[in-house]
Amino acid sequence: MSAYARRAWIVLWKDLLTERRSKDSLNALLFFSLLLLFLFEFALGPDRERIRAALPGLFWLGFILAGLLGLGRTFVVERENDCWEGLRLTPGDKSAVYLGKLAGNLVLMAAVEVVLLALSSLLYDVPVFAVAGPLAVALALGTLGVAAVGTLFGALTAQVRAREVLFPVLLLPAIVPLLLAAVSLTRAALAGEPLREAGAWLELLAAADVVYVVVGLLTFEFILDA
Amino acid sequence: MNATRILGWLAAAGLVAGLAAGFGYAPREAVQGNVQRIMYLHVPAVLTAYLAFGLVLVGSVGYLATRRPGWDRLAAAAAEIGVLFTGVTIASGSIWGKPTWGVWWTWDARLTSTAVLFCVYVGYLLLRAMAEDPEARARYAAVVGILGAVNIPIVHFSVKWWRALHQPSTILGPEPSPIAQPILTALAVNAVGFGLLFLYFLARRIEIARLEEDRDHRSALSFGSGAGRLEEEAR
Amino acid sequence: MISARLLRRSFGRACVLEDVSLEVGAGSCLALLGPNGAGKTTLLRILATLLRPSSGQLTVAGVDALREPALARVAIGVVAHGSYLYEELSALENLRFWTVMHGGDASPARLRAALVQVELDGSASERVRTFSAGMKRRLALARVVLGSARVLLLDEPFTGLDQQGRKWLNDFLIAFKAGGGAVVVATHSFATGLDAADRLAILAGGRIAVDRPCANLSWEEIRRLYASLTDGDGSLA
Repeated sequence: MSAYARRAWIVLWKDLLTERRSKDSLNALLFFSLLLLFLFEFALGPDRERIRAALPGLFWLGFILAGLLGLGRTFVVERENDCWEGLRLTPGDKSAVYLGKLAGNLVLMAAVEVVLLALSSLLYDVPVFAVAGPLAVALALGTLGVAAVGTLFGALTAQVRAREVLFPVLLLPAIVPLLLAAVSLTRAALAGEPLREAGAWLELLAAADVVYVVVGLLTFEFILDA
Repeated sequence: MNATRILGWLAAAGLVAGLAAGFGYAPREAVQGNVQRIMYLHVPAVLTAYLAFGLVLVGSVGYLATRRPGWDRLAAAAAEIGVLFTGVTIASGSIWGKPTWGVWWTWDARLTSTAVLFCVYVGYLLLRAMAEDPEARARYAAVVGILGAVNIPIVHFSVKWWRALHQPSTILGPEPSPIAQPILTALAVNAVGFGLLFLYFLARRIEIARLEEDRDHRSALSFGSGAGRLEEEAR
Repeated sequence: MISARLLRRSFGRACVLEDVSLEVGAGSCLALLGPNGAGKTTLLRILATLLRPSSGQLTVAGVDALREPALARVAIGVVAHGSYLYEELSALENLRFWTVMHGGDASPARLRAALVQVELDGSASERVRTFSAGMKRRLALARVVLGSARVLLLDEPFTGLDQQGRKWLNDFLIAFKAGGGAVVVATHSFATGLDAADRLAILAGGRIAVDRPCANLSWEEIRRLYASLTDGDGSLA
């Protein structure tokens, strides 16, 4: 493994290990997903059909809300003991840190999504397993984009005043295209349509993902460096 | 200083010409009536906003590449003025929409894209306001500026397709089709006027930013050498 | 190893460093004294490539640190106020993370050897959360040992250490020097362990007021020198 890949991997390893020991983020986020389902029910229920029809949008609203909580925190943990400064002192290409953090965020969001989907399939009789393939594609592509921008902006806002407000304000307008595309794709997947028919959205989502990850890789060093 | 003042007068002349063209020269539109004339404000405003955000990208990349504060000043000034013109675009679009569609707001493609754009750059300005260290502020703003600009076409297409899904047959803009020649001319005159106004605002805003930095730098220098003098007296 | 010329740094209205020039050769140690707020930390951060100077030149280990900071960092080790430690991880895990991040060989044997060297091998698998300040400081030095640092920058490294810890740190610095490294130690308290220092620089009001060898100066002489530039209680005259 190249030194670059080793660094990205060790960042991921460190974050997963820390998370497993402290259980700060994951437990809270998983419980948050459960609460979201209650929220949907109280706000839109008790008409079951109305919620079922709105499910693709509700899912993504839920993922994004959880993302706002989880993605913003990934770099705040580095503030303890000045570890942020320690990261700045490491030699070599800093985008390895971005990749490692992105991978960690993907794991986090995937956990939330699995829980939310599983619970929804129970509560609203959504045939999640039948369409697991296309659904997974829609979720994966959408999540990658949200995590790519969220990791970048998370690093950016970690050291700034009013981070808790600034992070959502920056992230939400930027992921509008992702939201539009992902909801359309998710709706198609849940309805059992082959993804090929939603072809344009798929291309847009994939292209957007590439753009966001590339921008993240190229600009991350400027956030960490003086 | 002189060049900027001339620019200001040119802009004023351009705007007056634009008003004349819009209300005098261009004909009354057949279908929509006089309310269509708001296009002479709406379209140049959105064009100028895109120009502004293009300059934010230029300034952001320029700063990260050279670390010279001039680029950062350009990006910040362009973003402020861009947000202003985007606000004008949205307001004029809304004002046009009320008599035409009966509602103040619809989620049509252009209005929605412009609204998202507005939010992106207001976020940019908020970031600049919250980041206290001037150097970090410039770097962070540059990153947001680059992503924001790169995102513009993505937002544009995604919103357009989203609207096409839900309302395929709406006439989407205040401009009728086909566009008559006098209307195009009036549009062009207004676009030039707005462009000049934008450049004038930009020049003034950058000047103000430079004056502010100079003032800070000068008082920093005098503070430093003052302390040096005290020290020599002590010895 | 470190060559700084005419470094200047302003923060908005305040000019914190003015025309600071320093030379620290291989195998030598510079003690940087000065009252709080004199700019020691700012200077150290510039030397560490954590901060850009407003103007000036800096060469570290033969690399133009302002033009190629990432390259310069290969040779720089920093022990500052923050311990750069992750509380939830053990000593070994922390070392593994930072060694890989600095591109070094993180084999368990090598990590353990470093822990032995700083006398922490008994607590190798314990979470850093349980460590004392002295232990954290020693772990930070183990990190330096594992890296390829040839320039060591320390900001107030003796605070929080007991007598034994201070002696231990002194010995470490002397050994580092003997190995050909360069050291800069910033401190506002000159009574603690400056045995390792060859040169003394006093930073007051953003300028270097004194820069001379100090190997044959006694504590009293240093104290008097210091007091003549400040009010003796650490503030500017």
